Amino acid sequence: MLADKDRIFTNLYGLQDFSLKGAQSRGCWDGTKAILEKGRDWIINEMKASGLRGRGGAGFSTGLKWSFMPKQSDGRPHYLVVNADESEPGTCKDREILRNDPHTLIEGCLIASFAMGAHAAYIYVRGEFIYERKRLQQAIDECYAAGLLGQNNIHDYPFDLYVHHGAGAYICGEETALLESLEGKKGMPRLKPPFPANMGLYGCPTTVNNVESIAVAPTILRRGAAWFSGIGRANNVGTKLYGISGHVNRPCVVEDAMGITFKELIEKHGGGVRGGWDNLLAIIPGGASCPVVPAEACEDLIMDFDGLRAVKSSFGTAGVLVMDKSTDIIKAIARISAFFKHESCGQCTPCREGTGWMWRVMQRMAEGRAHKREIDMLLEVTTQIEGHTICALGDAAAWPVQGLIRNFRHVIEERIDQYAANPHPEPVAAE
Amino acid sequence: MSVRRLAAEQPESFAFTPELEEIAKALIAKYPEGRQASAVVPLLWETQKAAGGWLPEPALRAVADRLGMAHIRVLEVATFYTMFNLAPVGKYFVQLCGTTPCMLRGSDDLKAVCQRRIGDERHVSADGTFSWLEVECLGACTNAPMVQINDDYFEDLTPENFEALLDNLAAGRPVKIGPQNGRHGSEPLGGPTALTDPALYAPKAKQDEPAAPAAAPTTGE
Repeated sequence: MLADKDRIFTNLYGLQDFSLKGAQSRGCWDGTKAILEKGRDWIINEMKASGLRGRGGAGFSTGLKWSFMPKQSDGRPHYLVVNADESEPGTCKDREILRNDPHTLIEGCLIASFAMGAHAAYIYVRGEFIYERKRLQQAIDECYAAGLLGQNNIHDYPFDLYVHHGAGAYICGEETALLESLEGKKGMPRLKPPFPANMGLYGCPTTVNNVESIAVAPTILRRGAAWFSGIGRANNVGTKLYGISGHVNRPCVVEDAMGITFKELIEKHGGGVRGGWDNLLAIIPGGASCPVVPAEACEDLIMDFDGLRAVKSSFGTAGVLVMDKSTDIIKAIARISAFFKHESCGQCTPCREGTGWMWRVMQRMAEGRAHKREIDMLLEVTTQIEGHTICALGDAAAWPVQGLIRNFRHVIEERIDQYAANPHPEPVAAE
Repeated sequence: MSVRRLAAEQPESFAFTPELEEIAKALIAKYPEGRQASAVVPLLWETQKAAGGWLPEPALRAVADRLGMAHIRVLEVATFYTMFNLAPVGKYFVQLCGTTPCMLRGSDDLKAVCQRRIGDERHVSADGTFSWLEVECLGACTNAPMVQINDDYFEDLTPENFEALLDNLAAGRPVKIGPQNGRHGSEPLGGPTALTDPALYAPKAKQDEPAAPAAAPTTGE
């Protein structure tokens, strides 16, 4: 388990002083100017060396992403956009940073923007996080008043930070949809290329980063890349915010080391699986789009990118959803299908039509009102959606269904047998 | 994709109040010159608040005119984003998260409470106090099940404390925002398992400034 002194988010639960002064007493804004004085290249190299992989789910190297921004401006301004549109079922970590530890994020915005030559940054907060948005704005206002941000700030780097918000669309968590939304349009993802680093917000070079990726940067730069890369396993380093939800005794958000075992995470912080470890049925390890992992694979499961890939799932945002044996696993996944059907933006046909189609079939399978041959047909359709859309929402909708069929086909078949064995009145044709 | 249409009954007109105009100016100032369309989502949100919880069609046109956008563009935005209510809602608008993490912890029971006390989804109770809607993940999964009522999250609900919450709202009594089971935020029930080392919050003497006392950490807000 990670020692308290190695935790970055020291006010994760909001039990400490929220004010700027309080944040400074916990180490925020300490020597920020000295960090900037080391220069853009030093910051980017240090971030690369730290091994930080983006915390929004894809796990791409944050330092490398920053290095994609043009070194010299061609006259167009550069932008940093922070993705705080956290909406994936199971994921609720950025909320804690926004409402309780916003100075980690604000300082990170300044440093990241400096490293990329951006003089303005937008934080796109999901619309429902109204309290979180207010708290973040309050913290930013304090920074302006203290001269930490603004055109004439004590860091000698003119920089403005704005809070923007959405209005309830999961798709806006996709980076180009987020930019469309920020420009005042429907959140429909853009085709890539051009990539945002060349043509992003208002057609200008833009980098979109997750809240946690930006918020850990100041501490990494203060304590050194070696400190961060020394936690966890090779290629999967650092500390990570985990969300533990579902059937555990004490659900919570907690910061711990990458590479902690699932068992330790759940036992230490989540109070154990409801009804004991043997009552575990399966987990969804990193947000609703990650394929389900059955209990057998959870025994020695290591919580990091490679650990989850080894069990054919994905680390995602490390929002772990625990399901005990009372769970109707088909219904649970069917509800995720409903989520993706609701959240598809409708731009690409395979996703718009496919998410609804999968949901309707999943609903029937949850009842058992299906044929066994339809299981393979459903699997086939998921592969027709996956990889055939502009953004990854189509993939995200396909994976949970694939994971269900891969791991719980026998449950679906049993349900169908059960339904077939019990006579049901034929449903009336007209709906 | 959710299909969303404007309400059949619409008011005649909508005009920006001076307060809303002030808000609009402040919102537009966040974006570069000529990019005022960026303010459309925040401005629609503020307009919805000013218009009593929903967006009548004349309000959409007013926002479009204020931002120099074609009416159809604002209509597109208003129908795309689900937090824009296109028909009236109750004074207390209950948005109940029914997605899997909340479902596993009993959101179906909360739905039954809403159904019994308020009626069908989107139906506004006769006295105008309540309406409810099942929504997709509200991002508070470690405090499931939960609802959002107007601007506030109410978390760690049971049918009992949810009923009590609705009773209190209906009677105009004060309510506690956030977790309803004694938790402060997202820490484990009963107390944190991390961040318990007091040395973390002890005043640190700065090395270059001898004995400069830092602010003592306080608990709570």
